[in-house]
Amino acid sequence: MVIPIEPAAAQAAGTATGTVPPALAIIGISKQFGATQALTDVGLELRAGEIRALVGENGAGKSTLAKILAGIHQPDSGTLALAGVPTVLRNPTDARAHGIAVVHQEPQLFPDLSVAENVFIGHVPAGQFRTVDWGAMRDGADALFEQLDVPLNGRALVRGLSMADQQLIEIARSLTFEASVLILDEPTASLSAHEVARLFSIVRRLRDRGVAILFVSHRLDEVFELCDQATVLRDGRLVASAPTSELTTADLIRHMVGRAVTLFPRVESPIGDVLLEVSGLSRSGAFEDVSFSVRAGEIVGFAGLVGAGRTEVARVLFGIDQRDAGVVRLGDRDEVFASPSAAMAAGVAYLPEDRHLDGLVLDFSIAHNVTLPILPRLFPRLFVRESTERSVGDGYATRLDVRMTGVDQPASALSGGNQQKVVLAKWLATEPRILILDEPTRGIDIGAKVEVHRIISELAASGLGIILISSDLPEVLAMSDRIIVLHEGRITAEIARADATEESVMYAATAQGGPDPVVTDG
Amino acid sequence: MARATAVVATPADGPLTRLLGAAARQRELSLVVILVAMIGLVALQAPQILSSDNLTDVSVLAAVIAVAAIGEAMVVITRNVDLSVEATMGLVAFAVAGVLSNGILPIPLAMLFGVGLGLVLGMANGVIVAVFHVPSIVATLGTLSIYRGIDFLIAGGKQVTATQLPAGYTAIARATVLGIPVFVLVAVAIAVGFAAILRMTTFGRSVYAVGSNPEGAAILGIRAGMVTFVVFSICGLLGGIAGVMWGILFGTINATSATGVTLQVIAAVVVGGVNIFGGSGTVIGAALGALFLTFIGNALILVRLSQFWLQALYGLVILIAVALDAVLVRQFQRSVSGRRAP
Repeated sequence: MVIPIEPAAAQAAGTATGTVPPALAIIGISKQFGATQALTDVGLELRAGEIRALVGENGAGKSTLAKILAGIHQPDSGTLALAGVPTVLRNPTDARAHGIAVVHQEPQLFPDLSVAENVFIGHVPAGQFRTVDWGAMRDGADALFEQLDVPLNGRALVRGLSMADQQLIEIARSLTFEASVLILDEPTASLSAHEVARLFSIVRRLRDRGVAILFVSHRLDEVFELCDQATVLRDGRLVASAPTSELTTADLIRHMVGRAVTLFPRVESPIGDVLLEVSGLSRSGAFEDVSFSVRAGEIVGFAGLVGAGRTEVARVLFGIDQRDAGVVRLGDRDEVFASPSAAMAAGVAYLPEDRHLDGLVLDFSIAHNVTLPILPRLFPRLFVRESTERSVGDGYATRLDVRMTGVDQPASALSGGNQQKVVLAKWLATEPRILILDEPTRGIDIGAKVEVHRIISELAASGLGIILISSDLPEVLAMSDRIIVLHEGRITAEIARADATEESVMYAATAQGGPDPVVTDG
Repeated sequence: MARATAVVATPADGPLTRLLGAAARQRELSLVVILVAMIGLVALQAPQILSSDNLTDVSVLAAVIAVAAIGEAMVVITRNVDLSVEATMGLVAFAVAGVLSNGILPIPLAMLFGVGLGLVLGMANGVIVAVFHVPSIVATLGTLSIYRGIDFLIAGGKQVTATQLPAGYTAIARATVLGIPVFVLVAVAIAVGFAAILRMTTFGRSVYAVGSNPEGAAILGIRAGMVTFVVFSICGLLGGIAGVMWGILFGTINATSATGVTLQVIAAVVVGGVNIFGGSGTVIGAALGALFLTFIGNALILVRLSQFWLQALYGLVILIAVALDAVLVRQFQRSVSGRRAP
């Protein structure tokens, strides 16, 4: 893939000079995971008393960078300098000893310990004979929360606290060791508007006390509200770095998505009658008032950021979770889908997000995996016949061009792309009318990806209705006849193929009010 | 076993890798080889191990353990464990002996009663694990105590001796058909029957699927709770049969009969190649594991080592088998991942 880089912008961060060395300087960091280049030659500076936003699409490398700064991953090349001193962060303890605190998207706390214990975990105030000084610990926690102006009780158990309160505990923890660098990794992903406001006022107070703050986010409105500087990552490279006062939302989005689009072999096919009609579907805490339809032969793309509620909708449509409200109409019948078996019987198939966890039985052979969901139908008289299984398995595996030594090969011996094809084969064996694909090409190499796209395209041409959930924007744009964009559990846009651009989808996904806003929420 | 025959070692692998791979894939065969080798070695010192009397004694005792191990193997394949199997056996053995010594039921009905009692105890385990979602190790630790407690309540300090039982009952232990002990025939029939069920039925497939990938099985519409319940029920049923056999074999039964047998049963399952984390293994392997362990016990006696070693030896065998499995699995995965298809 050829990636256009704006060299001037990319160098901007590295060339800034000052009399005081920056609190944190990242110089030419690269990181590779297997065949994936997660970060390439990334450099940026973080100054005391400054909030810098780090933005980018899913998979742009934001979290990898945050994890390197947290000491969880080691860079393959490049240097970190803290207050001008080159430093190697061997592990999270090391990072903390150097004054780097990280607040993770999912707070890493101990639910069965008290709030105060969580705040001081790792450096508990010790009394004589190294016993725990409980009084000092509780007083210390109370003092910190008072300082943060947060009504949290140090004696309460963490279990049952809201995500927002748990993040505040992590922030309080960073104050116990006088962190000079604070990294917030998508801290607002699961917070309400009120909680976000409270978090921001605390973050600003920390900035005013001279802490250098890196704010990882994909919510652009927050970037402009909170941050002084913004850095954009795309495909693991730094593509822009500038003061937020010199940027617009459109600039940021252009930097985030502006990449060469790989072409996928989409076979145009006639679109038939409405197969699936979903109206007012809600599940509390996951998504609300979701309505859409899927026609025979149509690929409907589900775009949105991670956590927007796309997988949750799919799980309800496949009977894994139950809805709180709404109607699902498949063909000419209202369906309830009390269980996956019911959904399967009605003609819905779901290829889950994590093929290892949910999709495959790794101990089983290819043939056994393919026939697993249809065993009762294939063998109503209880006894299985290996020969039948092998021929059924072989039929589907050959159709999808699974590279194998034979259908007896265990699924664990296949590459990721071929495993995904086996999962696809398995669901095709159920002869579905609606096929839900959740991130079908995540983690498979580009060759296999193109093949999976070809298969999806052919399946649509054969008259299936397909829901394609994907965080890969070029994939959604190239494959879908229509794109539905979700943001925080609500549909924010429905975009026809002709009107869909990376910008219009990204606008809706970050709830900036795209070209076709349906719902916005605070 | 598709799992076992699917991957062929390539010439690139060293001889050791190939040997280890073959051992991992053909656990049953390697167990038989080791067993024969061990018997051969012991026979050099104590040739009586090969006497027909000794072979009969060993195989009859092994049959009892094997029947229980077959049920346990199925439970372990679903990622569970049944620790209560010895209490089931003890309670069934005593209940049947009690019924017979009082002449309440004729011999066939008394035996049927014992098997039915085992089934009920197993169903109780199944309900606790599948319906109330109590982890099986805790659930069956509880019922181990409860079933043994009921045994003590009924038995008190009493024991039923062989002389109080109908002669026709205790004679079954020595009965043969075509020179083969009836016990052995029963164990073989059960092993073959359940091997067929696991391999050739849709139910069998779902047992492996649930053990190998519970979340995935649920998405495929397999009712994991039902599978778990049925498997515990079968384990209880087979525990009941093993209990009846135990009662016949030993004649004298009290409240502590069959204490400690669970360790042997689980050892047999693990030695027989059933993955302690579920998902793979065979009941034939478990039955062979029982035979193997019983022969080790027998060999210890014949080479005049103290019986006290036996307990420690069972534990040692479990540890060796699991550690060996971990090594073999890693070896196996490495050899597989090195040759992934493009």
